[in-house]
Amino acid sequence: MNELVNYIFSVGFANSIVRMSTPLIFVSMAAVLGAKANILCIAYEGMMLFAALGGVIGSAVFQNLFAGMLCGVLAGSIIAGLFAYFVLVLKTKDMLVGLALNTLGSGGTIFALYMLSGQKGSSISMNSLQFPSVAIPVIKDIPVLGDILSGHNLLTYLAYLSVVLVYVLLYKTPLGLRIRSVGENPDAAESVGTDIVKVKVIALMIGGILASFGGMFMSMGYTPYFTRDMMNGRGFNAIAAQNLGVGHPLLTMVCAMVFGMADAFGIALQTYRIPSQVASMVPYITTLLGLVIIGQAQKKKEKKRALMLGARE
Amino acid sequence: MSMRHKEKNVEGIERNFTMIRTLVGVGIALLLALVLIAAVSDQPWQALLGFLIGPFTSINRMGSVVEKAIPLVFTGTAVCVIFSCGQISLAVEGTFYLTGIACAAVATKTGIAAGFHPALCILAAGAAGAVICAIPAVMYIKFDTMTVVSSLMINFLCLHIGTYLMHYVMKDPAAGFDASAKYEKTARLSSLFPKTNIHTGLFIAVAVVVISYLALYKSAWGYGVRMTGENAKFARFSGIHVAKVVLTASMAGGFITGMGGAVEQLGMYKRFSYLGLPGHGWNGIMIAVLAQNNPKNVPLAVLFVAYISVGADVVNRTCDVPIEIINIVQAVIIMFVAADRFLIEWKRRKIVEMSQRAAALPQNMESR
Repeated sequence: MNELVNYIFSVGFANSIVRMSTPLIFVSMAAVLGAKANILCIAYEGMMLFAALGGVIGSAVFQNLFAGMLCGVLAGSIIAGLFAYFVLVLKTKDMLVGLALNTLGSGGTIFALYMLSGQKGSSISMNSLQFPSVAIPVIKDIPVLGDILSGHNLLTYLAYLSVVLVYVLLYKTPLGLRIRSVGENPDAAESVGTDIVKVKVIALMIGGILASFGGMFMSMGYTPYFTRDMMNGRGFNAIAAQNLGVGHPLLTMVCAMVFGMADAFGIALQTYRIPSQVASMVPYITTLLGLVIIGQAQKKKEKKRALMLGARE
Repeated sequence: MSMRHKEKNVEGIERNFTMIRTLVGVGIALLLALVLIAAVSDQPWQALLGFLIGPFTSINRMGSVVEKAIPLVFTGTAVCVIFSCGQISLAVEGTFYLTGIACAAVATKTGIAAGFHPALCILAAGAAGAVICAIPAVMYIKFDTMTVVSSLMINFLCLHIGTYLMHYVMKDPAAGFDASAKYEKTARLSSLFPKTNIHTGLFIAVAVVVISYLALYKSAWGYGVRMTGENAKFARFSGIHVAKVVLTASMAGGFITGMGGAVEQLGMYKRFSYLGLPGHGWNGIMIAVLAQNNPKNVPLAVLFVAYISVGADVVNRTCDVPIEIINIVQAVIIMFVAADRFLIEWKRRKIVEMSQRAAALPQNMESR
C-alpha cells in the first residue's frame, strides 16, 4: 500500500496522467464544440473506433504515417458525417443516432478487421505505423518537469494544442461567434442570416476530426495496434468532462485530466495487486461522481438565479 | 362531418407512414447486409441463402429463434417502459448481466421447494434489476445528470462488479473457469418441446408483454408515463408528479430486465458462465425503437431480431461471414426507423392527394 502511495507522488504517475489524458482531451474538445453549437452527440466512441482502425489500415497499406493519419481522420469523419445527416437532415433523435453509430463503430471495425486480416481480436498481424514520441529540446533537461512533460507521443502535444485552437476558434473567430450564437439563440442567429444547419455541420465535422485523433492515439500511440472495442467508454468519459467543465475549453481540459488521472490510477492499482476488476471501475465511478458534482453546482446556480430574478421583481 | 372524416384519414396515413418507414428501414438494412455478405464471402449465394432462410431449415434452428427471442422480449419490453417516460437509459444491458448473477446466488441454494424456487430466483433478480435501473433515474431527478452517460457508466460498473463476484466470491473451483456452481434442479425451468431448448420462460415472457401493455396504455400510471415522455414540462403543469413517474417507470423496466436475466439463466444455462455483457440490452433498445415503445409491437420486433441473429449465426458457422454483421444491420435499422423526416415527401404527397380528393367531392361526403 505504501508503495502505491509513493507511486502516486512519483514523476512516473504525473507522466502517466499527461499521457492518459490525451484521448480524453481530444474528444472533450470535440464535445465542447458540439455543446457550443447545441448538438448532443454521443457518437464519439464510434468515431474513435473507426478512426483508430482507419489509421491502422491506412498506415499499414501505404506505409506512410501521414497517409495513415488522413485515412484515420476520414474514417472518423464518416461517422461524424452520418451523425450530421441523420440528426440534422432526417431529424432522427440524436441519442438514438449516437447509440446506433457506436454500435456500428463496434461491429463495423471488427467486421472490417476480419475482412482485411482474418482476425477479430486485434490488428497485431498488420504492419501498421505509430506516431513518434517527441522530446522537447529545452524542457527535457529540466529535472522533474522534463520527465513529466517531455518524451510523450506527438499526439499528446497535439491534444493540448487543440485546447488552445478550440479556444481561439470559439472566442476569437467569426466562425466561433456563429457557432456560439447558433447554440445560444438559434432564432437570433437565423434572423441575421446564419445558416444554422451549415454551422452545426461544420462544428460537428471539426469535432469529428478531433475525436479521430483521440481514436488514433489509442491504436497508433498508446498501443501499437487496434484491439476490439478498445475505447472502453472513453468517448463517454469525455462527454462527462465537457459537462463538468461547463463547456469551457480550459476548464474542460482540467476535467478531462481528472479522468485521465482516474485512468492512470486504475492502471497503477492493477500493478499493486489490487483486483483488476476494482481498478477498472475507477474511471467510471469518477465520472458518476463528476456528474453528481456538476449537477449539484448547477442546481445552486439555478437557485441563485431564481432568487435574483425574484428580488428584481 | 367531412372535416372529421378527413382527420381520420390523415391519422390513417400517419399510421401507414410509420409502418412503411419501418419496413423500408428494415429493407435497407437487409439489403446492406446482403451486399456485405456477397462482398466478403467466398460462396456468396450459399451465404445469402443461409442468412435469409437458414433459420427455417431445421427444427433445431427454429427452436433457437424462439430461444433467442425469450430474453429479448424482456429487455425489449423493459426498454419500451423506460423510453416511454423519456429516459434514454442504457442500463438494461448491465442490469441483465448482473441480475443473472443475483439469480445464480439464489438458484445455487439448496432446500427450496421446486415450485417455489424459480419464483424466488426471478423475484430476487427483479428486485436487483429495479435497484440498478433506479440509480440513473435518481441521479437524473436529483442532479439533472445526462441519463445516457450515467447509465452507460453503470453498465461498465455492472460488468466489473459481476466479474469480481464471479472471480472472488461465487466461483466454483470445479468449473475450471469463472463460473458459478451448478444451479439446483429445483430452480431450473423445464423445457417445453423435445429437440429444442424452448422453456417455460416463454409463458412468463408473454405475460410480461401483456401486463406491460395494459400498464402503459390502459392505466392512469401509464398515461402519466407516456405524457412525461412526450413533454415533461406539460406533464408537470397537468399535475403529474414527474419525478415519481420517472423513478417508477425506470424501476419497472429494471424489474422486467431482472426477470429476464433470471428466466434466461434458469431456462438456458446450468450455471452462470457469462464472460462479458451478453448484448441483450442493446438488442432491447433496437426492439423498442422498432416497436415504437409500445409493448404490443414487441413480439413481432423480437421475432424479426431473433430471426436475423440466428441467420447471422448460421452464416457465421457455415460460411466465412463474421457475426458482427448483425451490429451493422442493427445500427442501420435504428437510424432509419427512428428518422422523422425519412420518406416525409411520400407522406406529404399522400395527405395532399387525399385532401384534394376530399375537396373535389364535398357533396358526396355531405350526403352520406
